[in-house]
Amino acid sequence: MRLLLQMFFVFFRIGAFTFGGGYAMVPLIQREVVDVRAWTTSEEFIDMLSLAQTAPGPIAVNTSVFVGYRKAGFPGAVAAVVGTTLPSFLVILAIAVFFTQIRKSHIAEAAFAGVRPAVVALVAGAAYKIGRVAIIDLRGLIIGAMVFLAVVVLDVHPIPVILASGVLGYFLFRRDYVVGPQGPATCDQPSGLGERASDVQDADQVPTFSPGHDY
Amino acid sequence: MNVLTLFFTFAKIGLFTFGGGYAMIPLMQREIINVNGWLTMKEFVDIIAIAEMTPGPVAVNSATYVGYKIAGIGGAAAATIGVVFPSFVVILAIATLFLRFKDAPAVKAVTMGLRPAVTALVAAAAISLTKAALVDLVGLIIAILVLLGMFRLKIHPVLIILLAGVLGVILY
Repeated sequence: MRLLLQMFFVFFRIGAFTFGGGYAMVPLIQREVVDVRAWTTSEEFIDMLSLAQTAPGPIAVNTSVFVGYRKAGFPGAVAAVVGTTLPSFLVILAIAVFFTQIRKSHIAEAAFAGVRPAVVALVAGAAYKIGRVAIIDLRGLIIGAMVFLAVVVLDVHPIPVILASGVLGYFLFRRDYVVGPQGPATCDQPSGLGERASDVQDADQVPTFSPGHDY
Repeated sequence: MNVLTLFFTFAKIGLFTFGGGYAMIPLMQREIINVNGWLTMKEFVDIIAIAEMTPGPVAVNSATYVGYKIAGIGGAAAATIGVVFPSFVVILAIATLFLRFKDAPAVKAVTMGLRPAVTALVAAAAISLTKAALVDLVGLIIAILVLLGMFRLKIHPVLIILLAGVLGVILY
């Protein structure tokens, strides 16, 4: 129960202080969930973030449901989603009632003019933090550069881009995980369920190709 | 106005929008103005402007506001729950599958490809925000100060946003 209340309030605070939509929430969620509370690792947070973007709906809502479920099951997912959306709900209701006064406020306009560049910097900072964990070798750098070009220059929709990078990841990285006849390392003890054990061995022998094991 | 109709309309909007709040706006416009005639175009544009200015996801904000305009507090609740409901169900399904299979070699390889993609998508989001948000020298100075605060001083993002708002009031 304490964890659920904590989760509700963490996401309530995130919901209350993010301006500018989903991506602006990423640095806040990252800070609270990974750095402060340690509810998940950096790697797992990035995985959740990428899967959250393949599902319909706002990225912030999707990510909070995922984190809540991961940490505390179904009740955690409910606590997180209610926490994320409740501030919006209350603020919008308040504005809907006092609509005309807020609209003309110069102070509010000036405050937003200050907040907007701050959000850009926060999101850029989040990209850097994610990149330090997510891009660990040349293959990752190539995927990242291709996605960046596709989205920024060619204006491709994120969903096909995410799907394509998943497929690309499978072909570029599978040899790191699946030890077959042409695998990168010899596995002395082939055991039926021992992917984890053989992974560690691979990591020892080919240190540059040890993704996911620098926890 | 039937509150249930509002719920299902917004559930449909939530289900068919991929890629966050802004992708939802054209769909919402079609359902709210063209199909159901619940609001005028001008009312809708005002609502979007407010939804962008207030904290929280733009999609949730506009759903709450549209729901309130159409059917009061009950309508706001129905629209908000409706727009979030499909995300909630789909994410629970994805989360269950991911947590069960995340250690499978093939899933690990796929996530190794997804991680750099997310980095690039977040970086792209920062760049697309630049166009509307970094319009003058003052904005550039605020952005640099924020990066310093974030990486050198490790200030909490919530505090950074509050300080940036105060700075905005002083400088603009």
